[in-house]
Amino acid sequence: MSLLNVDDLRVDVDDKTILNGLSLTVDAGEVHAVMGPNGSGKSTFANVLAGRPGYDVTGGAITMDGTDITGLAPEERSHRGLFLAFQYPVEIPGVSNMEFLKAAVDAHARMRGEDETSAPEFIGRARDAASRLELDVDFLKRGVNDGFSGGEKKRNEILQMLLLEPRLAVLDETDSGLDIDALQVVAAGINAFRNDGNAVVLVTHYQRLLNHVVPDRVHVLTGGRIVRSGDRSLALELEDKGYGWLDD
Amino acid sequence: MPDQNELHDLVGSEHAAAGSEYSAGFVTDIETDTLPPGLDEGVVRVISAKKDEPEWMTEWRLDAFRRWREMHTPRWAHVQFPDIDFQAISYFSAPKGDAPKSLDEVDPALLRTYEKLGVPLHERARLAGVREDAPEVAVDAVFDSISVATTFKDRLAEAGVVFCSISEAIREHPELVRKYLGSVVPKPDNFYAALNSAVFSDGSFVYVPKHTRCPMELSTIFRINAENTGQFERTLIIADEGAYVSYLEGCTAPMRDENQLHAAVVELVALDDAEIKYSTVQNWYPGDDQGNGGIYNFVTKRGACLGERSKISWTQVETGSAITWKYPSVVLRGADSVGEFYSVALTRNFQQADTGTKMTHIGPRTKSTIISKGISAGRSQNSYRGRVRMNPGAKGARNYTQCDSLLIGENCGAHTFPYIESKLPSAMIEHEATTSKVSDEQLFLCQQRGIDPEKAVSMIVNGFCRDVFRTLPMEFAMEAAQLLEVSLEGAVG
Ligand SMILES: Nc1ncnc2c1ncn2[C@@H]1O[C@H](COP(=O)(O)OP(=O)(O)O)[C@@H](O)[C@H]1O
Ligand SMILES: [Mg+2]
Repeated sequence: MSLLNVDDLRVDVDDKTILNGLSLTVDAGEVHAVMGPNGSGKSTFANVLAGRPGYDVTGGAITMDGTDITGLAPEERSHRGLFLAFQYPVEIPGVSNMEFLKAAVDAHARMRGEDETSAPEFIGRARDAASRLELDVDFLKRGVNDGFSGGEKKRNEILQMLLLEPRLAVLDETDSGLDIDALQVVAAGINAFRNDGNAVVLVTHYQRLLNHVVPDRVHVLTGGRIVRSGDRSLALELEDKGYGWLDD
Repeated sequence: MPDQNELHDLVGSEHAAAGSEYSAGFVTDIETDTLPPGLDEGVVRVISAKKDEPEWMTEWRLDAFRRWREMHTPRWAHVQFPDIDFQAISYFSAPKGDAPKSLDEVDPALLRTYEKLGVPLHERARLAGVREDAPEVAVDAVFDSISVATTFKDRLAEAGVVFCSISEAIREHPELVRKYLGSVVPKPDNFYAALNSAVFSDGSFVYVPKHTRCPMELSTIFRINAENTGQFERTLIIADEGAYVSYLEGCTAPMRDENQLHAAVVELVALDDAEIKYSTVQNWYPGDDQGNGGIYNFVTKRGACLGERSKISWTQVETGSAITWKYPSVVLRGADSVGEFYSVALTRNFQQADTGTKMTHIGPRTKSTIISKGISAGRSQNSYRGRVRMNPGAKGARNYTQCDSLLIGENCGAHTFPYIESKLPSAMIEHEATTSKVSDEQLFLCQQRGIDPEKAVSMIVNGFCRDVFRTLPMEFAMEAAQLLEVSLEGAVG
C-alpha cells in the first residue's frame, strides 16, 4: 500500500479549474520532486493535500495509507502524519515559537494517547532541533514568524517538521529565498529527517535543492496535471532547457 | 536551563481548560438575612446598624445618599441597557447568624462554595491548581454583602499588616478609615460612587506600615449569590512610606436570567516610595448567548500616588459581566511617581465593555504607562476609553499608551476613545493603536500543525495578551489564561 495516492484530482478556485486530473503515488522511504512553472498549481496542490479551506475539490481522491482523507479537516490530516511547509509562512505575533511548537507536539501526543512532554524536557528537544538548523536559542522565544527574515521563516518550517516527525512532509518552495549556506542547512535537515518509514514531496520551481536532497522521482506539473515523470536527470534537463521545452 | 519567561509562556498551553462554559455559575443554598428591595434613608440607617457602625459613619453614608438622590446615571459610555430600577434592588443580603469569629465557625456550605471556586478558605491550602511551591496567599472572602472569612490574619499582624473587612476596619481602625475613605474617590464623584458610598456593604481594608514589604499576596474573592441583590463592595488600601503590597481581586456570580448590579469603589493610597500592585481577574456571570442576564459591573477604581517616587499599578483581566464600565485610574501627585494600567478585556456574545483608565499628572517628572488589549467576539462591543491629563505643574511628565484590539468574527465591534489634555510643552505623550483580526491563515497554520481551531484561537488571543499577563503573578497568569480559554469556547466557526 502506498503512503500517498492521489488519483485524478480536480480542483477549482473561484470557479476556475486549477488542477485537472492530477495523479501521483508516493511510497514510504521515497523523495519526490514536483516541479513546474509559476502559476502552474504547485501550491494549490500542496494546500489541497493539507485540506486548506477555499479550494473546491470537484473530483478525484487523496488517500494516505489506504484511507481516503479527501474530506478530513486539516488537523485530522496532520494527526495522520501529513505536514505542509508553507511557501509563505504566516506570522502569529505574541505566541512564542516555543509555545506554538509545544501546542502542536502536545496535540499529536494526545491523539496517540500519550502524555504531553514536560515543559523543561520539551524546551531541551526544541533547542536541540534549533541548533541543528543553526538557529539561535532566542529564536524560540520570539513570536511565531514575527519579524523573521525570509530564510528564518523557511528554517522555522523545517524545525516544526523535525519536532513533529510526520509520515509525509510536503515542502512548498522551502528552497526559495535561501542563500547557499541556509540552503545547505535546510537540506541537511531534510536529509536527517528522511527514513524508510516516511516520505517527502519537494515542491519547487528550481532544481538547485535537488543537488542536496536527491529525489527518487521528479514530476512536472503544467496545465493542472503531471505531464511527465522521470528520475533525477529530468530536473537537470528542465534546468537546461526550461519549462517551455515540454510544450514542444 | 529554561528561563522563567519561557516557562511563563508555556503556562497557558499546559492547562487545557476543563469542561463547562461558566463553571462558577452554581447557587449556594443558604439561609439569608436579606432586606426587602428599595432604598431610602431608613435602609441606609439599617445597613449601618447591621454593621454596628459608629455615628460618624452613619452620617457619612446619609450625606452620600442625599447627594446621590440629586444625581443622574451617566450616559456617555458606549454601552446600552434599559434603565435600572434602583427601588427594585435589595441593598443587603448576608448568610444568617452571627459573624464567625474564626475559620472554624464558618458555615460548611460557604466553605464548600469557595472550595468549588478553587479558593479553599484554610491556611494550609494554596489556591487550587497552583504548584506546591507557589507562594502563600491570604484571602478575604466576601459573600453578597459581608466578609465571611479572612485567612492568615495573625501572620500578617506579626508584620504589622492590617488585612480585614472594611466593616471591621471601621470599628477597629477608625482613624485610618476616617482619614482616607472618600479621599481618592469623593462621595459625589459619580452616580455609582455616590450610591456605593451610601450603601456599601463589604470589601477589604489593607494597611501596610512604613518600610514593610507585605509578606504574602493578599486577595479578596467576591461572590454574588443572592437573587435581586446588588453588591456594593468598598475597598481601601493604604501603603505607608516605603511599603509594598500586591493585591488580587477575583469575582464570580451564579447564572441568573435577570441582570444584577455590582457597583464597587476601590481607593488606593501610596505614600512616599510606596508601591501598590492591584490585579483583578473579573469573571462575573456575563449573561447567556442570547444576551439574557449577567452582571452590570459599574465600578470606580482610583489610586492616589500621594508620595514622591510612589507607584501604583493596575492590572485587570476582564472576561465577565454583561456590561463593564470601569476605569482604574491614577492621580500622580508626588514628584517622580509612577502609574501603570495593564488591561485585557474580552467580550463575546452580547457583552459590552467600556473600560480604560485616567492618568492625571500633577507632580513633576511623573510617568504613566497604559497597555490595553481588547478582544471582541460574537456580537459584542468593546471600547477603550482613556484620558491622559498633564497639569501645569507636571514638568517633564511622560505617558506611553498602547491600545490594541483583536477581532474574532464579523459581527463584533472595537472602539478606541483616547483623550489627551495637555498644555505642557515639556510633557512627552506617545500613543500607539492597532486593530487586527484572527486571520484564516493563522488558523490554518495552527490546524495544519494539529491544533484544533478553538485551542488555536485561545492560543492566539493569549499571545495577544502576553504583555499584560506578564505583569500578573505566575499563578494568576495561569488562571487568566485558563479563563480566556473557557470564555472563548464556541467563539470560532
Ligand atoms: N486563493 C486563490 N484565489 C484565486 N486564485 C488562486 C488562489 N490560489 C491560486 N490561485 C490561482 O491558481 C493558479 C495556481 O497558483 P499556485 O497554485 O499558487 O501556483 P504555483 O504555486 O505553481 O506558482 C494561479 O493562476 C493563481 O492565480
Ligand atoms: Mg507556489
